[in-house]
Amino acid sequence: MAGREHFRDVAIIGAGMIPFGRRDEDSLMDMLAYASLNALDDAGMGDQTVDAVYVANMGGGILQHQTAIASSLVDRLSLLPAAAETIENGPASGASAVKNGLLAVASGYYDMVLVVGGEKMREVTGWRATDFVATMTHPLAEYIYGVTLPGMAGMFTRLYMERYGVTREHLVGVAVKNQEMGGLNPYAHVEMAITRQGIFDSPDSVVNNPPVADPLHLYDACPVSDGAAALILCPLEMAKKAKKPAVLIAGFGQATDTQTLQEREDPTDLKAVTLAAQQAYEMAQVKPGDIDLAELHDAFTILEIAESEHVGFFKKGEGGKAVAAGKTRLGGQIPINVSGGLKARGHPVGATGVAQVVDIVFQLRQEVGKARQVKNARTGLTVNFGGFGNNVLAFVLRRVDS
Amino acid sequence: MAIDMELEAVLRPPQLKMKPYPPKAITLANGKTLVVREASREDVPTLLEAVHPTLFIERDYYDIVGARLYAELLGWYRHRVRNEYCLIGQVDGYLVGIVNGRMVDQKVGMSYHTLAIDRGLRIGSHLFAAKMEHHIEYLGQDEVLIVAESPIGFRRWMIEYGLEPTDIQHELGGPDSYRLTRDLYFASKPRLVVGSRPVPPDVWELATREILVASEEDIREKIAGLKGR
Repeated sequence: MAGREHFRDVAIIGAGMIPFGRRDEDSLMDMLAYASLNALDDAGMGDQTVDAVYVANMGGGILQHQTAIASSLVDRLSLLPAAAETIENGPASGASAVKNGLLAVASGYYDMVLVVGGEKMREVTGWRATDFVATMTHPLAEYIYGVTLPGMAGMFTRLYMERYGVTREHLVGVAVKNQEMGGLNPYAHVEMAITRQGIFDSPDSVVNNPPVADPLHLYDACPVSDGAAALILCPLEMAKKAKKPAVLIAGFGQATDTQTLQEREDPTDLKAVTLAAQQAYEMAQVKPGDIDLAELHDAFTILEIAESEHVGFFKKGEGGKAVAAGKTRLGGQIPINVSGGLKARGHPVGATGVAQVVDIVFQLRQEVGKARQVKNARTGLTVNFGGFGNNVLAFVLRRVDS
Repeated sequence: MAIDMELEAVLRPPQLKMKPYPPKAITLANGKTLVVREASREDVPTLLEAVHPTLFIERDYYDIVGARLYAELLGWYRHRVRNEYCLIGQVDGYLVGIVNGRMVDQKVGMSYHTLAIDRGLRIGSHLFAAKMEHHIEYLGQDEVLIVAESPIGFRRWMIEYGLEPTDIQHELGGPDSYRLTRDLYFASKPRLVVGSRPVPPDVWELATREILVASEEDIREKIAGLKGR
């Protein structure tokens, strides 16, 4: 990337979110405001304002019939006359907003930036929420044929199972692990631990965990959630003066792929994930083995396994076995989704990419409590997966002690 | 309250003889055991304690379902409903859900309500399935008439069982009834009706020792807390 040497290092000095779940009493704007205020407070901003606000949201125009959300939020938060933009990039909207905030500060144009992502999806029935998410598919090649994201993930899973030996037990392992972690995360939508017996071994699991898109079952899918998360970005030198340890955005990457899965030479090859992670590693000058924990985009359990291979933690075909061996658990070789992931923390689409970064910040600052804390975590990775892997962003975050 | 038994005999409806529902145990997603068993008339005051907080929960139509179920259970307790029965679900002795219905006659069943107190574990689905099992397999009926008062109910009953629409007025008023036939029941049974019998003795002992009811505050949180599980 030409000219990067002139960029300033950018750090996160504030992180905040609100519990994800079903928030009937809160509007989309309420949620965005609460998360923003939490991040501003966390940064110890007091009356200090920000130069710019980047708001990630995918569905306000469809679900709430509301557009120009950033203009509304900046006024609601009394941050006028800060610059304000809404970023829509499907389920990768959150990470896209972080990237835009990062570039704005790195370029030297702005010093203090608020990035916030939010989505209110429980306002509509599950069917309509699924249809809303499906609007990211190709309108002529996919959507009109009734393709949904669960359906696409089901086909992807079948192919991945056939080629790489992933089994339903591996998928169940991801679901059980992530829901157990969700139970420890006060911000998680799903706090209920599940057991392999209850969702797989027992004959009663046929009702507890019915198929949703074969071979994916109910507990292989993330819930439909409301929620918001926010970050405050500023130059690293400024962040070093803050009370809390600064978290440097050490690297980022973004890559795209064909909009439809069927156009790809190998639909099981998530090239954009590989490229985005490689770019982020290169910029941060780290290797996969240097990462202490990762938040991967597990909208479906198969994605955690596939992404863990594509970002270089495991060889292809080894991700499922790694789950079974406990390598991705807290205390394992590379703890993945100790927040509960999308699977348990929830997936308010516009919020997810920001929430992943927020959780890594909390981890790197050692703030999540003993039961969920990754020991001595200093470097974390996030992967926010848009479309079905057609627009992917990755960040490497590193704790910097002043 | 003194009861004039001569007048009471007129006010009380005649009852059909109803076969009991054999209790069963179901493993839930969280690994705990749900006991589904028939409640007795004497259990009603305890059940009403659990239903009461739902009268004030608007979310997912709990207030309507709760108010009607409260009246139906009270009516059964005071002998004002004909041929009613009630099944309950318990986990670790705690009441987690209630379903009820009645026999219209030997052939036709009338499904009343399904109330899940613990959410996110498909307890409502398991209890509704038990209710259908009772009507078709134990009461030996040919069909059950059903309506849903919430979108969740519509999804769970009408869609998952593929119920037949009819133009028959349901006793709860509202839209016309949907019908579960014996054929539909047995077609749905492999994927919707589960559980094992007999209930293990230790689990049974805990369930029948006492029906434990969570506090009103806990029930409100379980049903309509922030997480909405």
